[in-house]
Amino acid sequence: MSQSTNVFGAIGDAQEREEGIDREEFTPGIEPQATWCPGCGDFGVLKALKGAMPEVGRTPEEVLLVTGIGCSGKLSSYFDSYGFHSIHGRALPVARAAKLANPGLEVIAAGGDGDGYGIGGNHFTHTARENHDMTYIVFNNEIFGLTKGQTSPTSPKGHESKTQPHGSAKDPVRPLSMALSAGASYVARTAAVNPQQATEILAEAIEHDGFAHVDFLTQCPTWNKDAKQYVPYTDVQQSEEYDFDVHDRREAARMMHETEDALYEGTVLTGRYFVEEGRRSYGAEKAATGEAPETPLAERYFDPDYEWERSYDLLDRHR
Amino acid sequence: MTDDELIWRIAGGSGDGIDSTSQNFAKALMRTGLDVFTHRHYPSRIRGGHTFVEVRAAGHPVKSRGDGYNFLLALGDSFARNPQDEAYYGNEEAKPLTENLDDLREGGVIVYDTGLLDEGDVDDLEERAAEEGWHVYPLDLRGLAREHGSEVMRNTAGVGATAALLGMDTGVFEELMDERMSGDVLATNVEILEMAHEEVSGMEHTHALQLPEGTHEDAADSPVLLSGSNAVAYGALDAGCRFIAGYPMTPWTDVFTIMSQNLPEMGGISEQVEDEIAAASLAIGASHAGVKAMSGSSGGGFALMSEPLGMAEMTETPIVLVEAMRAGPSTGMPTKPEQADLEHVLYTSQGDSNRVVFAPGTVREAYEQTRAAFEMAYEYHLPAIVVIDQKLSGEVAVIPDEFFDREPDPGLGAVLTEAELDEAAHHASGVFDRYRHDPESGVSPRSIPGQAGGRFLASGNEHTPQGHIAEDPDNRVAQMDRRARKLASVRAELDGRETSHQTPYGPEDAEYGILTWGSQQGTAEEAVDRLNDDGHSVKALGVSDLMPYPSAEVAAFLESVEECLVVEMNATAQFRGLTGKELGQYGEHLSSLLKYNGDPFEPAEVVEGFESIVGDADADGDASGESTRIVPAVGD
Repeated sequence: MSQSTNVFGAIGDAQEREEGIDREEFTPGIEPQATWCPGCGDFGVLKALKGAMPEVGRTPEEVLLVTGIGCSGKLSSYFDSYGFHSIHGRALPVARAAKLANPGLEVIAAGGDGDGYGIGGNHFTHTARENHDMTYIVFNNEIFGLTKGQTSPTSPKGHESKTQPHGSAKDPVRPLSMALSAGASYVARTAAVNPQQATEILAEAIEHDGFAHVDFLTQCPTWNKDAKQYVPYTDVQQSEEYDFDVHDRREAARMMHETEDALYEGTVLTGRYFVEEGRRSYGAEKAATGEAPETPLAERYFDPDYEWERSYDLLDRHR
Repeated sequence: MTDDELIWRIAGGSGDGIDSTSQNFAKALMRTGLDVFTHRHYPSRIRGGHTFVEVRAAGHPVKSRGDGYNFLLALGDSFARNPQDEAYYGNEEAKPLTENLDDLREGGVIVYDTGLLDEGDVDDLEERAAEEGWHVYPLDLRGLAREHGSEVMRNTAGVGATAALLGMDTGVFEELMDERMSGDVLATNVEILEMAHEEVSGMEHTHALQLPEGTHEDAADSPVLLSGSNAVAYGALDAGCRFIAGYPMTPWTDVFTIMSQNLPEMGGISEQVEDEIAAASLAIGASHAGVKAMSGSSGGGFALMSEPLGMAEMTETPIVLVEAMRAGPSTGMPTKPEQADLEHVLYTSQGDSNRVVFAPGTVREAYEQTRAAFEMAYEYHLPAIVVIDQKLSGEVAVIPDEFFDREPDPGLGAVLTEAELDEAAHHASGVFDRYRHDPESGVSPRSIPGQAGGRFLASGNEHTPQGHIAEDPDNRVAQMDRRARKLASVRAELDGRETSHQTPYGPEDAEYGILTWGSQQGTAEEAVDRLNDDGHSVKALGVSDLMPYPSAEVAAFLESVEECLVVEMNATAQFRGLTGKELGQYGEHLSSLLKYNGDPFEPAEVVEGFESIVGDADADGDASGESTRIVPAVGD
């Protein structure tokens, strides 16, 4: 990273702190009380994310949290950092470009299951494939909440709602398998009912150098299941019943498939499913091929000594 | 129509190297001191299909394609699917000859490659040639190329033959070849060029057409030849744009490609992404993080950008988008020009539009107005759209290189430094007041993520000064009004500048007017010259600012003329409609000349259109031409 850290004074700030980082720094003075329904799983994401920040050593102003639309999209209202509350399905392209523009930022994207696996599915596939160094939290509540209870991409087959009055004839999407086959280098599932695991997984995901996808089971007590229905949950790493290697793509794929099926049979499996170490993130890959600068592009615009290239110097080919 | 000009049409199949041969031919003519302008016509196919490029050159300024042309080099389509006359689409191999004859002027020259074509391909070539006074030179270009090198070099033989027939020597062509080829390829091409030149020089010439004389001032000293797409890209680079995201689509691909080829060397970033929604969203993300960024597409891809366009308006994130129009609706005619996306660009995306839209009229303006688009976007925190079309995108023009010798402008616009943020207004919670209600200009300066003391929330929802979601009516009205004030500020700034984006042409006190927008400007200007030479009293105004609309300038122009013809390439007179909406009067003075057959206007069509409706007090009924349509003024 370049020397001109005084341009973005917040970046790297945490490293100079002796007292560490307090999770409460991420509680905003504006709207500290979220508008989510009582018992909503979204509170669990907020809590886990705040809890992960001291672990990863980032202060509010070096974090850019980009959210989509829906109840989940309001995460950026209740988490005090730089925020970008974008539009439905488009959090990922906004977020990944910000990371390319300024790799010094800690970029986190978040949205619901409709946002990420439905309307934004194309972006999910390609952002995972490109392996951008960022974290994507998908609030998976198996329902469209804010629009009042319609069937979502993760709703089970047969799910009845106002828009599927005879029950959905569609099998639900397989979020973990999708992330794996698309090319994500870290894939996990956690649940709001398990705050400790959730905090640990989010911290790992943020620290992972590459695209980290966390499918976060968030109960929607108003339109779908309440918290009790996600209990008991099993951590596949802790349980002796499950034995697989998270570094092995085939074993991970098999375990993901089993986990995705189990959810609809009433068994809640969570944990780390795939971790690919040593693969270069997209930004690093692009810089290595000569397609991206070595120093953060965003710093250049504040550098009074930079000599900007001119089209005048490209004219020989036109003479 | 002038006799002191050359309009050389090289015709063949897609994949026959027509484009690159024509570019080099144009460059050679530029180096002889002539002004040059090109017109591309090609099908949406990789191989085969009738394609041509016209290179128009003269010692005086040329601003448009001409009326017809006077020299045909017909190479034959070497990739033709169906070289049979009974084929559904006709004998494609022969089309480069047969399809071009209708536009060839009286007394014109025809060179055709007997290696692929023969006289029998055109039923009555001899008869028509006699009638029209054409001079026909059948030459075995393919054979000559094969003999001295390989068949694919027949274009070089065609250029050698052209040079001989125009009384040029081969020096300027050899110089160009020497710059871009080497070794055997160079030696063989030079040999073919010289052999063809020698052979044709020794033939009996019956035609009078020669290389035009004179020197145009733009070509006199260090000229460069570049396209509208090049000019857009170079304007962006000089504006400090170092990030582009896109998805291929004709004709936008040209700008995207030029940027992508230059950005890595400049430490910039180009991203080819999954779709146009992502492309525009990436530009927003990069700009939000403090980089000058752009994206763009053509009609269908731009439709996908509607969502992010609105997001940029609401979050007040600066971005520049290019819309390179082609004939619609839907997939339309991918390689053909049209100006039918005007209303699409102005109004697409939900809610009231809050954007800047420029439609440059010339290659120079494409450069200038792209720079201006970045300036407006970053100074006023809104999306700025540069609208070009397949015509301007591909046409090349001669410009003195000193035009580009100027300072780059990498300024980020209305952005605060950390020191300034320290002094700036904040909410009691410490959140920066990114969207204050009070700025008179409407612009509330922004911070960049990573800056200490600058955190805020950008939101596509209506929001408070800190960016938090709010539906309070007073805040809503204050924010809507402030965002609207930015557009008024843009208009005031543009009106206060020494140089307007609107281009007047012709005698100031003229009786009649021609109003046009975007790429039709040069054609309208040539028509004005001819009409005035013919005793009419006409002037033109080429409009580039479409939003915010230059009401004062256009109203003054319309006020000064009796009647006005609005010339545009679409079927529903969109620009006339916009002008009526913005000015609220003059409806009875504005008639339309429209064209939407996939070919840009020829100056003669504008002359004819003008004479049939505006200049003629007795004009009535439908005065539409063969490929144009007249829509009379309201109440006329």
